[in-house]
Amino acid sequence: MTTSGEPASSQAPAPSGEALALEVEDLWVRLGGHEILRGVSFSVAAGSLTGLIGENGAGKTTLLRAVLGLLPISSGEVRVARGHLGRRSIGYVPQKVVLDPDLPVRARDLVELGADGRRLGIPMRSNAKRVFVDQLLQAVDASHLADARVGALSGGEQQRVLIAHALASLPRLLLLDEPLASLDPRSTQETADLLGRIASERKVGVLLSTHDINPLLPVMDRVVYLAAGRAVSGRTEEVVRSDVLSALYRHHVDVFHAHGRVLVSVGEEQSEQGCELDPDDCTDPEKPSGENVAGGPSPAAAVAGPGQQ
Amino acid sequence: MSVLHAIFQPGLFSNSSVQDAAVLGAVVALVCAPVGVFTVVRGQSFAGHAFADVTATGGSAAFLLGVSPLLGFVVMALAGASATELLGAERQRGRDLVTGVVLGAGLGLSALLLYLTTTTQSTTGAAVTVLFGSIFAVSTSTLPLVIGFGASALFLVGLVYRPLLLSSINPDLASAQGLGRRVVGLAYMVALALSVALSALTIGAILSTALLIGPAAAALRLAKSPGRAIAWAALIGVAATWAGIVLAYDSYNWPPAQQGWPVSFFVVSLVLAAYLLAQLTGRRARRA
Repeated sequence: MTTSGEPASSQAPAPSGEALALEVEDLWVRLGGHEILRGVSFSVAAGSLTGLIGENGAGKTTLLRAVLGLLPISSGEVRVARGHLGRRSIGYVPQKVVLDPDLPVRARDLVELGADGRRLGIPMRSNAKRVFVDQLLQAVDASHLADARVGALSGGEQQRVLIAHALASLPRLLLLDEPLASLDPRSTQETADLLGRIASERKVGVLLSTHDINPLLPVMDRVVYLAAGRAVSGRTEEVVRSDVLSALYRHHVDVFHAHGRVLVSVGEEQSEQGCELDPDDCTDPEKPSGENVAGGPSPAAAVAGPGQQ
Repeated sequence: MSVLHAIFQPGLFSNSSVQDAAVLGAVVALVCAPVGVFTVVRGQSFAGHAFADVTATGGSAAFLLGVSPLLGFVVMALAGASATELLGAERQRGRDLVTGVVLGAGLGLSALLLYLTTTTQSTTGAAVTVLFGSIFAVSTSTLPLVIGFGASALFLVGLVYRPLLLSSINPDLASAQGLGRRVVGLAYMVALALSVALSALTIGAILSTALLIGPAAAALRLAKSPGRAIAWAALIGVAATWAGIVLAYDSYNWPPAQQGWPVSFFVVSLVLAAYLLAQLTGRRARRA
């Protein structure tokens, strides 16, 4: 019996770590006459990291923007845990943020705007604010960058400051759109590890999109695999399997394991690897994937590694 | 001492035109500082210049109607701000359209208005006043109006300071916080229109963006934080305006005609000098 008020249940009530930061149920999003998301369902637990995996054009950005409330939802439901003061608060790091080197904005200023960017009036200096910002910068290993211009930082450094900015509103849910793209291999792994640490230490549900699953393997609790607007979710070993992904893509997909790495070979002209090597080759969002292509794994897919140098 | 005497000539500080000009110049430079910094950060110098062009039409119309040119400047600048929002001139394609069609028409219209002014009235120098400004000719009665418009612009920018800063740094970060771009953008546009109008009154419609953009662009080289950038822009703007006024007063003794050189020439040159200096020191500071 699992009635709500039962006092002596053998199963302890879900600890706060098991609370959900995000629940997406049968989400459909239609843009410009095309179904971009076709009934996507998954959840992200507080304190866990979920990877949103898919090729360019699979609908990753659309999904994140729909969760943020920046896109209209055709049907379905998105539930986000209430954050600080009951406000719906989501930390968001957009894709490819370009920060001009001439911006008169220090890392510290950008993080501060994450906390009070909505407020009206001129900001006043305070010691409490300074300590708060310092703590956030420390949490992302960027204390030494506090007084540097954000535009002058390297890609990996900017990414860390943007993560601190997104955390400054004390969100229960942190969304990141391709945070690992265009970072060098070392920064890629450092950023992935940092996000795993932030999820568990700050009890934030982290959902990040990426087209390369490998840097996330050590830190990822769950995966949402997206293809042509449909998704499967679960633990990595449950999802990243030939049979599951073949069912998702609706044609044969190979999954290779080698040296602790995963290579997903989508038997399509525009394979995942093709996307990584040349994003211009990738499927358009409106182009139905899986139905139009026959044939086995393309030679490029078989040869190329999963986007690693 | 004699050098000081040569620069600050007798009668400079007691001259009421000079006093009014100093107040006007300081107010305008102070208003232009924050608005200019945001304009440069947002990359909207174009909008500033567009407003400047259409303010020329407003100033010319004001001369023809015999009302204060400031009113003409303000009305047309605000109309320009609305038109910019409507035509979507923030987008690249919209910009091309606005540049080619609307601004040309605005300046053409002001040519007609100035022609009508000079043929129907005995006023001379309307064209020079509208296009290149004449800070000494601004009457004392205009000053409260200048301060009122300036305070409004400062109030607007102060009100939306943080949302505006965030959306200027990156629009996606602002929308992630649920900030509507429209309202903040509109408040900024109105503040920009008011600043351009005030600047047009000081150094002329054509040159008005120099006082708006120049000190801000120099400040961006010198300051690391937004607050300090605004402070630097204010300092450079006020210094250039006041020094321009002093030099213009001196130039009444200069050749060829002993009539005084245009103030705008000095102000704009000093702003340029400040920018170049900031460029040099800023580069050295960054290398260190």
